[in-house]
Amino acid sequence: MSEQTSPATAISKPIPSITPDLAEFFAGARRGELMVQKCQGCGVLRFPAHETCANCLDGQAKWVPVSGRGTIYSFNIMHQVYHPGFAGEVPYAVVVVQLDEGVKFISNLVGIKPHDIRCGMPVEVIFEKVSEEITLPKFRPRAGN
Amino acid sequence: MSLRGKCAIAGLGQTRMGKNFDHPNAMGFAVEAVKLALDDAGLTRDDLDGLLVNPGITWSENQMASFSLQQALGLRNLRLSAMMNLGGATGAAMIMHAVQAIASGMANTVACVFADAPLRPPSPRKNGGGSAAAYGFARGLNAAYGLFGVNAQYAFVARRHMHLYGTTSDHLGAIAVAQRKWANMNPAAQFCDTPMTLDDYHESRWVVEPFHLYDCCLVSNGGLAVIVTSSDRAKDLKKPPVYILGMGQGHPGGDPMDTLVSGAPIAKETAFAMAGVELSDIQLAELYDCYTFTVLVTLEDYGFCPKGEGGPFVADGKTAPGGSLPVNTGGGQLSSFYMWGMTPVAEAVAQVRGEAGTRQVPRHDVCLVSGNGGILSTHSTLVLSTRI
Ligand SMILES: [Zn+2]
Repeated sequence: MSEQTSPATAISKPIPSITPDLAEFFAGARRGELMVQKCQGCGVLRFPAHETCANCLDGQAKWVPVSGRGTIYSFNIMHQVYHPGFAGEVPYAVVVVQLDEGVKFISNLVGIKPHDIRCGMPVEVIFEKVSEEITLPKFRPRAGN
Repeated sequence: MSLRGKCAIAGLGQTRMGKNFDHPNAMGFAVEAVKLALDDAGLTRDDLDGLLVNPGITWSENQMASFSLQQALGLRNLRLSAMMNLGGATGAAMIMHAVQAIASGMANTVACVFADAPLRPPSPRKNGGGSAAAYGFARGLNAAYGLFGVNAQYAFVARRHMHLYGTTSDHLGAIAVAQRKWANMNPAAQFCDTPMTLDDYHESRWVVEPFHLYDCCLVSNGGLAVIVTSSDRAKDLKKPPVYILGMGQGHPGGDPMDTLVSGAPIAKETAFAMAGVELSDIQLAELYDCYTFTVLVTLEDYGFCPKGEGGPFVADGKTAPGGSLPVNTGGGQLSSFYMWGMTPVAEAVAQVRGEAGTRQVPRHDVCLVSGNGGILSTHSTLVLSTRI
């Protein structure tokens, strides 16, 4: 896996497809906005997308932008290569960001070494264009408060 | 109507475990396990009228696994049949449903079965494994961020516990070392002949931080079955009955990262009330251990220590051989074998019967068994005893 000449490492990281339930999420990301679902019944925000609200069971939701600011709720450091697109990156961190609006968002934190990441660290969203259609929200550390 | 002590585990069937290829697939291991369990109980196939199955990974797509197993075993005229899946909580949950069926008159003698065969013999490498098509599983947002597998999700929860409560790698390692010591006395354990120190634990490779290799359960081929019947009938059979005093389930829902609590408090309430026991009555515990961390949380959630103090609780070896609370006395899924919720059940049966050889604990009258599925998502509790 670690050999750069191996054909497997020529495979790039997986690019998500734009499923109907995430169309507005990705449209927002292309514009530079982090979007989550807002229940029209009770106003609770949620992500990932769901058909119905687990709080009030309402089926109507719209996509709304959030601040993109939050803190690291938890994180891990991946050491195994599950997909060859990540072969050159292990060990890398995956973080759970708790957005200021309360919703959790799984992502990557850029501009920091994995072992310097701490729970509670303030972060803010950035947008990484990976294809014409797909821009991925990622996060970077920000100064506290 | 209380079900306390109404039924008992009368037979235990355990195949060889780990990297063995005695059967080409899980069905073969399941058949062997049932055969062994019937022999152990002194019963025959004709005595069985119920069959509950928890298929492992390799036959989970068989939507009628209990019927498939009935056919493979040549069983006729069953009165109870179901495939069940609550993840790691299923082993104990199958036993609960067997008890309910027997106590209500729906069935008399029920086999509860788990089997899996994820390990394959070495074979020539297939071509085409490196193509992009081979990674079709990697869809969606999580894959784009490099998040794969259950280990990685469980690691989030463990990290959160470390952050909030100061739990350390040494604490998790203490659980791994304690269970390895037990496994070193269990001839059926995959790590029977491999001792491990805390240094060995720390030197084992990272799988996904904060989990080392030895924080994670094994991978095993094998099958486990138990025979459940009425206590009256069990008394006349070959082996000492393992009475089922209490049973309960707890499925908290929501995000386990927020609570760091399993379903154990809910399941315990039902099971202990039925059994008429308190925590101080528990003499040994066989706790579900997909990870070291799961044991730590489960100890907290049953109240052996306050929430957040699972780390210091295990650090001094009290769950290890010679400690005040023997836990996972066969080595558990970390060091013996990974048969989901049936691993703790099997060890409990061996201990309560007094058949656990050099690892037998001296006080084995009241044993706690837990099952846990998903990420602290589903939970099952049994209280087993030598007497009613
Ligand atoms: Zn709602």
